[in-house]
Amino acid sequence: MNNDLIQYLLRLGDSALIQGQRLCEWCGHAPALEEELALMNVGLDLVGQARNWLEYAAELINDGRDADHLAFRRDERSYRNLLLVEQPNGDFAVTMTKQFLYDAWHFQVLHGLSQSSDERIAGIAAKGLKEVTYHLRRSSEWIERLGDGTEESHQRMLAAIPQVWRFTVELVNSDEVEQRLHQAGIIGNPAEVAVAWQSKVADIFASATLPVPAPASHFYLSGRQGLHSEHLGLLLAEMQYLPRAYPDATW
Amino acid sequence: MSEWTLFEVFVRSKHGLNHKHVGSVHAADAAMAIENARELYTRRSEGVSLWVVPSALITASSPDEKDPLFDPSDDKVYRHASFYELPAEVGHM
Amino acid sequence: MYAQLVETGVKRVKTLDEMSAQERDFQEKIDAEIKIEAKNWMPDAYRQTLIRQISQHAHSEIVGMLPEGNWVTRAPTLKRKLQLMAKIQDEAGHGLYLYSAMETLGADRDEEIAKLHSGRAKYSSIFNYPTLSWADMGAVGWLVDGAAIVNQVVLQRTSYGPYARAMVRICKEESFHQRQGYEILLTMMRHGTQAQKDMVQDAINRLWWPSLMMFGPSDEHSPNSAQSMAWKIKRQGNDELRQRFVDQTIPQLELLGCTAPDPDLKWNAERGHYDFGEIQWEEFYEVLKGNGPCNQERVATRRKAIEDGAWVRAAAVAHARKKQNKHAA
Repeated sequence: MNNDLIQYLLRLGDSALIQGQRLCEWCGHAPALEEELALMNVGLDLVGQARNWLEYAAELINDGRDADHLAFRRDERSYRNLLLVEQPNGDFAVTMTKQFLYDAWHFQVLHGLSQSSDERIAGIAAKGLKEVTYHLRRSSEWIERLGDGTEESHQRMLAAIPQVWRFTVELVNSDEVEQRLHQAGIIGNPAEVAVAWQSKVADIFASATLPVPAPASHFYLSGRQGLHSEHLGLLLAEMQYLPRAYPDATW
Repeated sequence: MSEWTLFEVFVRSKHGLNHKHVGSVHAADAAMAIENARELYTRRSEGVSLWVVPSALITASSPDEKDPLFDPSDDKVYRHASFYELPAEVGHM
Repeated sequence: MYAQLVETGVKRVKTLDEMSAQERDFQEKIDAEIKIEAKNWMPDAYRQTLIRQISQHAHSEIVGMLPEGNWVTRAPTLKRKLQLMAKIQDEAGHGLYLYSAMETLGADRDEEIAKLHSGRAKYSSIFNYPTLSWADMGAVGWLVDGAAIVNQVVLQRTSYGPYARAMVRICKEESFHQRQGYEILLTMMRHGTQAQKDMVQDAINRLWWPSLMMFGPSDEHSPNSAQSMAWKIKRQGNDELRQRFVDQTIPQLELLGCTAPDPDLKWNAERGHYDFGEIQWEEFYEVLKGNGPCNQERVATRRKAIEDGAWVRAAAVAHARKKQNKHAA
């Protein structure tokens, strides 16, 4: 069970961290000044959550590594984040599509975790859930604005969705690790998460006048198994540069 | 002309206090104005409630009218409790 | 400072006798430390000077995100990443507080930002220097924010109410920025490797003089100072503020175990201040003219962000209109 839990905590932490890192890339480039603050705020929440999950994971791993070590010294094959969040930002339509698809999933996952039999998990999730409730509200609104905004924004959304949709397969399919954790009362029911996610996406896409693509199907890649797209390696090369270049340094 | 509308922002810092003007934000609509105001003016838990109003909808008194508007109340001391002197036996009233 | 060489458009400060009744009334209010508010009458030159100064100040906050944005994706620990993100977020926020104050004067934010993007509006010279190592994140926080705070503390008493109130807010929030920067450097100097210590000294060597330049030219070469002081837009001279910054910074520098790249720097017991060497003003004016190491990139980045975002902002407006129409129907 401990191994399952560690794997799952890494999934949560890595996904939040990579999504946060992608948001950092927007710094200074956001489409409006107000959005600079908002994007950074969401990123700040997510990196904070990542730290909480990775700290817990590090304690359970108990081999002397801390959360920073897990974040900054693992290769892409050891990273367990969702494929969705490692995808490049693209334009604001791609960024918001990724954000919304992730938020809608994240919200359901944290909702389940806030009732975890593991008190530490329940505590982290309850705090995160408040933050993610807001993230989801914001990204939902942006999907509606862009989908049902101008002709150009609508076209951009139509182009953005297929770019990232195939990675949503991981949001609706669970594996044995998750099944066992659910049986143990540690996480919510993955099948319920999937249904709720699909219904939220259908709702928001409908009001955004956007068609919902057919469910994504399984393919070679799997974030859970560390089989990532090529984008993650480059992201990590940038993010991990300092601790890797100066392994003995104290920051 | 700015593309988005200018909204004035009012924050209630604690339950039981009035909303107080803190500044402005730009937003495409009121819902966005609330969110932008939240990011800008309550990052450090400064508020429990927000109001936003399109700046163009606010009517302000003119400083030129300051004397006719506000000076006449200066000598209406009978509006203040301290104007009325009562014997100490009355106690707190 | 964040606003350097702000034009007042005034050649000589008028005496009270030379002023019109309205102007005299205004100046007497200023002299009596009564804050000027948005709806009050004010000389046009006062209004224009304030718009220039506040917008310059705001532009500086926004452009100032870029040198730090250069490292936010490479912050070395989760804690440092969170701190830097929070700081950058504050800078965007401070830019917005200031634009908000500026708009009370009747200026339009988008128009003023367009001036920045076309090179017609200035921003602080300091942000045209590159950030070349993680130590720069420490040095920027400590020196650049430190210099800014010296100036902004004084601006809390500036004569225009909305500007003064924005400064109060900014000063309150910014107190953590300088400490955050200094702590980065202190950690590297006290617990770091030799390579890290070298990084710190190198960052100080590069950013020391540009930080002193932030206060602007000597008052005798600052043609607009006298009018800005008379209007109490500016409350203290450039040299005085620069001296205060040097005096408070040197003990911190010594505590770090670092040196300043200035052979003339020494304590002057007679004056009760540190003496320091001559600033390379030629460099300052070149940077201000647009010939600094990063001017082109900084302005191009900001312009591109706003241009690339045009369709997003337009979509938001279109959507709001659709919703309103639906609501009305």
